[in-house]
Amino acid sequence: MKKIVNDTNQVVTEMLEGFMEAYGQAYEKLPDVNGIVLKDRKEKVAVVIGGGSGHEPMFFGFVGEGLADGVAVGNVFAAPTPNTVYEVAKAVNSGKGVLFVYGNYAGDVLNFNMGAELCEMDGIPTKTVLVCDDVASAPRDRADDRRGIAGDVFVFKIAGAAANKGLSLEEVARITEKARDNTRSIGVALTPGSIPDTGKPTFTLADDEIEFGMGIHGEPGVQRTKLMKADELTDVMMKELLQDLPFARGDEVCVLINGLGSTTLMEMFIVNRRVAQILRELGIKVHDSDVNSYCTTQEMGGLSITLMRLDEELKEYYDAPAYSPFYIKKG
Amino acid sequence: MTDRLDMQQTRDMFLYVADQFETNKPFLTEIDSAIGDGDHGIGMSVGFANAGKIVKEKEFQTVNEMFHQIGMAMIGSMGGASGVIFGTMFMGGAKNAAPFAAFDLEAVTHLFGGSLQAIKDRGKAQLGDKTMVDALEPAIASLQESLRQSKTLLDGLREAEASAKAGMEKTKEYIAKFGRAKSLGERALGHQDAGATSVWIIFKSMREWVEGIHE
Repeated sequence: MKKIVNDTNQVVTEMLEGFMEAYGQAYEKLPDVNGIVLKDRKEKVAVVIGGGSGHEPMFFGFVGEGLADGVAVGNVFAAPTPNTVYEVAKAVNSGKGVLFVYGNYAGDVLNFNMGAELCEMDGIPTKTVLVCDDVASAPRDRADDRRGIAGDVFVFKIAGAAANKGLSLEEVARITEKARDNTRSIGVALTPGSIPDTGKPTFTLADDEIEFGMGIHGEPGVQRTKLMKADELTDVMMKELLQDLPFARGDEVCVLINGLGSTTLMEMFIVNRRVAQILRELGIKVHDSDVNSYCTTQEMGGLSITLMRLDEELKEYYDAPAYSPFYIKKG
Repeated sequence: MTDRLDMQQTRDMFLYVADQFETNKPFLTEIDSAIGDGDHGIGMSVGFANAGKIVKEKEFQTVNEMFHQIGMAMIGSMGGASGVIFGTMFMGGAKNAAPFAAFDLEAVTHLFGGSLQAIKDRGKAQLGDKTMVDALEPAIASLQESLRQSKTLLDGLREAEASAKAGMEKTKEYIAKFGRAKSLGERALGHQDAGATSVWIIFKSMREWVEGIHE
């Protein structure tokens, strides 16, 4: 796979340097670790997110006003180190504690937990909410084993808004958990992304094949089939998604159609059109829709559909204004 | 027979081990790509390169101190699950063990033995979960047996290497309980775990170095 890089060992460092050249007026890069924090910080619970690189704009794109306060950036597809997590948390803690929000992956959990231990030793109170929205990654009765994918976007948004309201760490964590518990995603993969260090694809799929439920690192999904029309494909995904919560008539939801890297907005809108039709037919009200490539895997082809069920409380935080160079919500 | 390595020799042995991870990077990447996300070889080579730098720069009075610094360097540079787990393999036992001013069979048994428990506590993996524990646990049991029988350091490492290798081979028969291979279910059968392979490489490399000074 062709890529525009220099030394493959330096891709994360050089990416962050370029990010700071572009947006450095609003952000600060921590000196010794790959951590980025918001310059303009308030006295409130701090929200710290993070994970492996290679999924841009996830995760740094969700540090901003009304969003997260800091991000711990790992190497490509690898969790950030405990020291990075700790330094970011220390930098953004205003004395009200830190909420860690990240996807449920073994490496992230090990490193963030160790980072949280370092914070506790320093007297910084912390809480953690693990995002586990991918319904294809484990059955419903093993939801603790599910991975976090594009649902991160909704959960980060709610966490940031709740923290911005000046609530306590316990309250911010409770509301963030509620957002997490009401969020479900499913993906479909068409073509692999590739690892910058090796240039190798993360998985192989025949030219005429797709795989439902494949993870963002090429983790095997639930079903491999021939490529199908957009509506048929959307119907398969929505069936899996709707039965999982389950979403029911009268529910109100936010929709995210997330591109995985190389899938076009044209394709994503075609899918969103069908998603809207299905929800309308079922009497599920769409409060808001977002069609964007937030959580990618390099040039991977495919997309995911995320639904978050709202109640009045979640709606208030979802509707609160937020801004980063990659995510805008007008109040 | 040299049955104890002084701190200079311990450092040289570790640098040899670290070098083996640069050499084995493609091999580990290939193994991990089959059922994992393919970054294990890269992570291990980064971690050992950083640990090697620290070991070269600093002076150590005890093996415990050296292992502690090695572990910290690995955790601080690797990221991913393997950073914490392999960092803990070096530093987990160093804290509570008696200080060892030389590397002998007793030191390696106690230091890695203490780490095994720390790894199991942190990672929650048991034997048969298709992780590095499948190689480390039998290697530790073998070291403990060799220590009881007052074997030489070289013989102890030889048998630990064989036990680690047998454990590594057995991971082919297991379904993964952790990491990205977990979602493969039975499709992971027939493939060995990359972490278990790294444990084997660590023991094999230590044995090779100690064997080298005997020749």
